[in-house]
Amino acid sequence: MSVTILPFLLALVLLLIGLYVIIAKKNIIKIILGVAIVEYAINLFLVLLGYRAGAAAPIRTPEQTDAAVFASGAVDPLPQALILTAIVIGLGCLALLVSLAVRLHERFGTFDMTRIRELKG
Amino acid sequence: MTAALPLFVAVPLAGAFVAPLLARRTAGNDAPAARTVALVIGTLLLLGSVLLLGRPAAAYWIGGWDGVTRPSIGLSLVSDGLSQMLLVTVNAVAFLALIYSWSYIARYSGQALYYCLFLTMLAGMNGVVLAGDLFNLFVFMEVAVIASYALVAFGVERQELEAAFKYVVLGSVSSSFVLLAIGLLYNLTGHLNMALVADRLAQLEPGPAVWLAAGLFIAGFGLKAAMVPFHAWLPDAHPSAPAPISAMLSGVLIKAVGVYAICRILFHVFAITTPAGGLYANVLLALGALSMLVGVLLAIGQWDFKRLLAYHSISQMGYVFVGLGVGAAVLAHGGSRAVAALAIFGGLFHLVNHAAFKSLLFLCSGSAEYATGTRDLHHLGGLKRSMPVTAGCCRIAALSIAGVPPFNGFWSKLLIVIATAQAGYWGLAGLAVFVSFMTLLSFVKVQRYALEGAGSPAAQAAREVPLTMRSAMVCLAVACAVLGVLTTWHKSRLITPAEQALTSAATYFEHFRPPGAPLPPERLAGHREAAP
Amino acid sequence: MPTGMSLIVKTITRLVASFITLFGVYVTLFGHVSPGGGFAGGAIVAAGLILVLLAFGREETNRMITHRLALGADCAGALGFLALGLLGYLAGGYFYNFLDPGTPHTIASAGTIPLCNLAIGAKVGGALFGVFLALAIFRPDPRTEDRS
Repeated sequence: MSVTILPFLLALVLLLIGLYVIIAKKNIIKIILGVAIVEYAINLFLVLLGYRAGAAAPIRTPEQTDAAVFASGAVDPLPQALILTAIVIGLGCLALLVSLAVRLHERFGTFDMTRIRELKG
Repeated sequence: MTAALPLFVAVPLAGAFVAPLLARRTAGNDAPAARTVALVIGTLLLLGSVLLLGRPAAAYWIGGWDGVTRPSIGLSLVSDGLSQMLLVTVNAVAFLALIYSWSYIARYSGQALYYCLFLTMLAGMNGVVLAGDLFNLFVFMEVAVIASYALVAFGVERQELEAAFKYVVLGSVSSSFVLLAIGLLYNLTGHLNMALVADRLAQLEPGPAVWLAAGLFIAGFGLKAAMVPFHAWLPDAHPSAPAPISAMLSGVLIKAVGVYAICRILFHVFAITTPAGGLYANVLLALGALSMLVGVLLAIGQWDFKRLLAYHSISQMGYVFVGLGVGAAVLAHGGSRAVAALAIFGGLFHLVNHAAFKSLLFLCSGSAEYATGTRDLHHLGGLKRSMPVTAGCCRIAALSIAGVPPFNGFWSKLLIVIATAQAGYWGLAGLAVFVSFMTLLSFVKVQRYALEGAGSPAAQAAREVPLTMRSAMVCLAVACAVLGVLTTWHKSRLITPAEQALTSAATYFEHFRPPGAPLPPERLAGHREAAP
Repeated sequence: MPTGMSLIVKTITRLVASFITLFGVYVTLFGHVSPGGGFAGGAIVAAGLILVLLAFGREETNRMITHRLALGADCAGALGFLALGLLGYLAGGYFYNFLDPGTPHTIASAGTIPLCNLAIGAKVGGALFGVFLALAIFRPDPRTEDRS
């Protein structure tokens, strides 16, 4: 197993931890954190896709005049743009989850998921 | 007209950001200006989508990055038969839901925010249907779905908050799966434009990475479409939303971000109609059959009107998947093109019909709740005397969903059953007939308890709902009748172009590849469509 | 009961918050030259305002920067961004860059991109601070609170 697979394994471990937290924990706040961890794992995976060994950051300075040489010597910037959007989307989702949690506490008086079970069947 | 494609997304978004500024600071927080703006935008979008019908397939490159004048790294909006059909469906149901909301939402506070979220959801759905590359599809899906999360929790009572929480958590996980699949496809192919991804995938031998990506897409979008292992959020979320939002969710959201996305990805990117895609076709068939059966069996025992309708949504989406799956499987195994075309036509026709009658059913249940204050079938009753217009529309919708001629549900279910039988799946055809019979039983129960009978005092004291709510329901009832009777007109203009876009994927690639991209190399043997 | 945090925190916040917001504006404005741009800059501006909220408590902050202001910045940013997209039709299509490209690596370059960054910065800053402010000034309604 080569060394470059380790960051991908980390993304997988984070994904599994996040899924475990969502499934197994009863506190609403912990479930929200589980959703956040799943999103971080996916973002980490996407960032790792763009990596090229020994390449520079994709920020062009005035000294680099040749576009083709610059492009081949930099990491792939497209996954970075993808995860920027994904982070913003995740942020919106988390803000909504937190406000739902605040309202749930107002209505039910608890953060325990097992006591918030009115919808059945 | 192609240059106006971005307006389908830009105009509702502009309206969505104007609406919160128009809220009055009175105690009721009502917003007559916001609802007028929303209705005007809904009308414009409906007109635009009807004008777009029947035009040849075209792509619009945002910012001009189409590979001719600048490198082909741009985003594209595509409009072919499938997109046009869904655009008309989405905007028509949204327009009628906006008319219905005119009076219904007057009972809630924070109305300006309701219209803001509604228009955001509409912009997201239009964007999903028009998206030409994978990441745009994901972003617009998220825009629509996050707006729907907030709308499900709109009347902040206990059940609605609980349902919305479950919906948000499950929806976030499924969206993460979709993003993971997009990352995998980008790594495998180096592109995000769906046409270029499909070209590259056709040169790769199908291996674990491609199967994983396809599986994650089916899981992620399947949750949004309420396919059976992933349906658990729908029976809680759809009843809890306000009635026009339930109509939008069940009527168009699960179709635009669920069924449409699966169609686009499987039929065009993963080439489900070629021999190499036979596995995906079988999976689609199996999940569709499971959804049909589980949905209707769980619906039989329900006494909450809206919860019953939500379970039936799962079952009817199963019909659509069975139709599409049979068509894809027939094409993948080299069978008759006519049978495949019939099956896909039936599936797509059922999609449009379901948008019509399910929205109507949810609007009727919303009217019943508006007038009597309850959703329990035990306590409703005698509505045909106290609310004749609502009862008539409810009866028409119930006949449509149960598959009674001459309404629209009968024809689409008949086409699906005939095509399934002709393709050789006799057991599946029998299952479809059985599920249809169970649906009929379920809606006979609804009609007996809600429309007939004596009813509780609350039901007897009910009066007919306001004019805007009535007119929205009557329009949808007329649509159910028209879709069933005038088959030739809308068949050739609405459904057949969509069915052709799916069965012959070559058209897709001709128009939607970047004009400046190099021509694709020859596809591998298993990835070529069977000759007609 | 005095709201907010201690006097030390309030004094330091008075000195520092404006610099944080200024840094956020800098990151937004130079987004087309160096890393950053609308979202990062907007998040930093929101962080500066959230610092004020945490240090001074919700009532006092709500008097200075109301929720209506945050909502206004949010909507204005989004409408500005859409307006830039629609103005692109004058130059040929949706989101076409209709301003002069200018010389690269200076602040007056890249056409409409600095303006887009400003709009996104306003939107993100307003939205993030608005979310935090809404959560902070939320008062559970004692009549409907149901402790079952």
